[in-house]
Amino acid sequence: MHNKTLADIIVGLNNGDFSSVEVTQHFLGRIKAMDGQYNSFVTVTEDAALAKAAAADQLRASGNSTVLCGVPIAHKDIFCTNGVRTSCGSKMLDNFVPPYDATVVDNFSRAGAIVLGKTNMDEFAMGSSNETSYYGPVKNPWDTNCVPGGSSGGSAAAVAARLTPAATATDTGGSIRQPAALCGITGLKPTYGRVSRWGMIAFASSLDQGGPMARTAEDCALMLNTMANFDPKDSTSIDRPVPDYTAELQNSLQGLKIGVPKEYFSEGLNSGTEQAVRDALAEYEKLGAQLVEISLPHSHLAVPAYYVIAPAEASANLSRFDGVRYGYRCEDPKDLRDLYMRTRGEGFGDEVKRRILVGAYCLSAGYYDAYYRKAQQVRRLIKQDFVDAFKEVDVIMGPTSPSPAFAFGAKGNDPVAMYLEDIYTIATNLAGLPGMSVPCGLVDNKPVGLQIIGDYFDEDLMLNVAHQFQQATDWHQRTPEGLE
Amino acid sequence: MQWETVIGLEVHLQLATKSKIFSGASTAFGAEPNTQACAIDLAMPGTLPVPNEQAFRDAIMFGLAIDADIAHTSMFERKNYFYPDLPKAYQTTQLEKPIVGRGHVEIELADGSKKSIRIHHAHLEEDAGKSLHEDFHGMSGIDLNRAGTPLIEIVSEPDLRSAEEAVAFARKLHSIVTSLGICDGNMSQGSMRFDVNISVRPAGSDTFGTRTETKNLNSFKFMEDAIALEVERQIDLIEDGGKVIQETRLYNGDTKKARSMRSKEEANDYRYFPCPDLLPIVFDDDYIEQIRQTLPELPDARRDRFMEQYGLSHYDANIISGDANVARYFETAADSDAKLAANWIMGELSARLNADDMAIQDSPVSAEQLAGMIARLKDGTISSKMAKEVFDAMWDGEGDADSIIEARGLKQVSDSGAIEAMVDDVIANSPQQVENYRTADEAKRPKMLGYFVGQIMKASKGQANPQQVNEVLLKKLNELL
Amino acid sequence: MTIERADIEKLAELARIELNEATITETTRSIADVLALVDQLQAADTDGVEPMAHPTDAVQRLRPDEVTETNQREAFQAIAPATEEGLYLVPKVIE
Repeated sequence: MHNKTLADIIVGLNNGDFSSVEVTQHFLGRIKAMDGQYNSFVTVTEDAALAKAAAADQLRASGNSTVLCGVPIAHKDIFCTNGVRTSCGSKMLDNFVPPYDATVVDNFSRAGAIVLGKTNMDEFAMGSSNETSYYGPVKNPWDTNCVPGGSSGGSAAAVAARLTPAATATDTGGSIRQPAALCGITGLKPTYGRVSRWGMIAFASSLDQGGPMARTAEDCALMLNTMANFDPKDSTSIDRPVPDYTAELQNSLQGLKIGVPKEYFSEGLNSGTEQAVRDALAEYEKLGAQLVEISLPHSHLAVPAYYVIAPAEASANLSRFDGVRYGYRCEDPKDLRDLYMRTRGEGFGDEVKRRILVGAYCLSAGYYDAYYRKAQQVRRLIKQDFVDAFKEVDVIMGPTSPSPAFAFGAKGNDPVAMYLEDIYTIATNLAGLPGMSVPCGLVDNKPVGLQIIGDYFDEDLMLNVAHQFQQATDWHQRTPEGLE
Repeated sequence: MQWETVIGLEVHLQLATKSKIFSGASTAFGAEPNTQACAIDLAMPGTLPVPNEQAFRDAIMFGLAIDADIAHTSMFERKNYFYPDLPKAYQTTQLEKPIVGRGHVEIELADGSKKSIRIHHAHLEEDAGKSLHEDFHGMSGIDLNRAGTPLIEIVSEPDLRSAEEAVAFARKLHSIVTSLGICDGNMSQGSMRFDVNISVRPAGSDTFGTRTETKNLNSFKFMEDAIALEVERQIDLIEDGGKVIQETRLYNGDTKKARSMRSKEEANDYRYFPCPDLLPIVFDDDYIEQIRQTLPELPDARRDRFMEQYGLSHYDANIISGDANVARYFETAADSDAKLAANWIMGELSARLNADDMAIQDSPVSAEQLAGMIARLKDGTISSKMAKEVFDAMWDGEGDADSIIEARGLKQVSDSGAIEAMVDDVIANSPQQVENYRTADEAKRPKMLGYFVGQIMKASKGQANPQQVNEVLLKKLNELL
Repeated sequence: MTIERADIEKLAELARIELNEATITETTRSIADVLALVDQLQAADTDGVEPMAHPTDAVQRLRPDEVTETNQREAFQAIAPATEEGLYLVPKVIE
């Protein structure tokens, strides 16, 4: 059952092969039995899930089925869920129970999906290893001594361990794609503005996007159909019709032009990873695509620019956490300043504090021009690189992350080493482009991901490109050794 | 040493929109605490702002009324600082590209001289909530109903040179915004707040002295007094060999004292940056032109029209047309007689409103009621003396002029037969006074009428029509000469 | 750009985050590392390039002036740390 894809489950439910209650119980059972090893869930909503599953079975029986009626998924604990704790991986929100749903959550609810629970994540989405969560690190199902990637480590691990067929996640600098790569699953970050940010706790407002994680491109397409919409509550939501992302999956890739940026195959790229990616590219040639070497000359500036812009926006977005209206509050504050200093000093973890301070620095008087303004200028140059490239090619491909999953603590006290994990993914967020990762190999029995970057709103093409690869290869079907 | 005062004003107007600038919560005044603070206003995690179109329309109207450049593209920035009445710990405001650019406002002083005051810019921003300091066992209570109310901040150039100019400028702005209908102008409710930047310099100097800022003045009187106090303080300080330090001050209108709030040195680093949740706001020429076409009448045009249409003097027209609410009231009250309406409004009504600290919109005597009373005054039903009584009765809620006149029997006696009879009576009963009148010097006679008039008024309980009494009395006495 | 402990302390004050004595040296060092990374931007030639605050070319949509929110004070204050008589309580604010 747990090896069924989302698509399989939908067919099975429609055919009456099993009930929603059975499916839901199955996954809840697995979570109970196995998540102790991975720590991928922060909250499991067992009772609500079973109740909704029963209701879904009724709806289906009475002929009132909806598109994801009775299908279980999980939500990254960054999406506000009405009446259910939404922690964002932080002590600051450990007691936060929102009285409203994120638009993404509402979309799935109306589509009839069952929510198994909220998945673990790096605190406030800041991290590439899921080691910064207040709720403890998430373990990679492929090797529990290794990180699953981050910040959506919980969603990635849960899908990889088949604890849920699919999960929602968010990506600000690679937080969907990199954990998807490290956990051997498929993940997609849509074009900026495609998925509503209402109720999605903000890290860096101009970079954050919600997207799906599942084992196949087809499942991601099904998820994206429900996640994407124009939301008037989000000023940055783009008013553009949502196509059926499953409609183009079968298209042939004959004549597809794939851009391969030379900057993405530089030093620092693990040789095993490079080989797996090159093999995948060769596979694409067999499918009729043409590889074109391209250059994205400002690539080396992406990480520096990101580590100005993201912390700057985050420093303002996280200022609201002050112990006054919700969330953590320090005990017995002696005056106003004490309330702020200790609530925030005690409520935030080290990485979050570090980024807030870096952000405040980059925006402060005397440094704004040299840092923030400069970074936003570089951002435009990075975007222009892609705009120019997409005049020549249809999609761009390369490795998702420089190496497979690393051991816990391997990046030690070196934040910059951690930041370089996102070296290939960050530029897409800066430009607002859509990006995906699909499994394309194994190195030392640890997954490698192939990154696919598309032009604005080309998610359907990207999913088609990914799907065809998944028809010709079976990397996406591999399971972690010894997985129950 | 001759000193020159240099003043610049920053004015915060609360716009009279129904909903907030970035959320659909109500802006209605007087609600129970935190009942008009939605998730966005409370800065709940994951919430996002969407701007209110009317706030922009209001700002554009203001810009057009002061002849300013309207930005075709404007944007919002975040101004970051921590305070419990600021839920996001940043205020969404405009810095680099405000909606309204340079403009100017004409003011007129008491001596009739005119001056043009330059506006540096005007921008949109959100208001903060309120802190209540009544003790909650040593804590303060925060009400966020006001958080998110749209504000326009107007910044003038330091072109003002006296408290009089500053007040004239403030009044003119008040007049413009109430005429446009974008702000209700109710200063005691905080709809309009003034911050005054004051510095002094030796007369003739062209460099600026160090300025201080006095914040949150919400009455013209307070502004005048605060300016006078601060100018004196600065001059005394400098003359005693001291230096003015840049600081923020608070003026207390009750104690008539001011104190330093915080040194501007220790000022926050606000770390302004473009708000990533809000996109650039773009207006084309057509949109702006369409607003220009629908601009309501502005104060200067209204003043001219009042002079022409109602025959008011320049002085009266200035006063009546100044406040849009007063102007509206006047136009209804002027139905029977414009000059009388103007007098009653500037006189009795004004006095009563000021005594009870009321705005004209809250007047217990409506414009229609005043018009009704003036009609009776004009048609002679009541005398001026009676009118005062009627007015007081209307103020106390006794009803309309007609019903009061009826109920209290205040109709003035204007029947010529009755008047003649009364005059005949008094002449018959006062032979000595009549004789004195006859034999007196012509020059002394007018004064002697008073006795007869007094007698008639006594006999008629004050209801005899005084003009008619005088006419008839004079005629009959002169027949006896 | 060298950053020192005093700079970090000022930033911590600005951001209202209490840093404890034990970690402040570590924090200073790690932030210095991040700033060294970020300094790579200085080498970029950005003459005449307009800063890009939003990845999209879209312009802001405006909302009609309507009251769409109802009073949800109870729901919101149920999750608040300290309230009384409908107000949020904070240590006394001195103006």
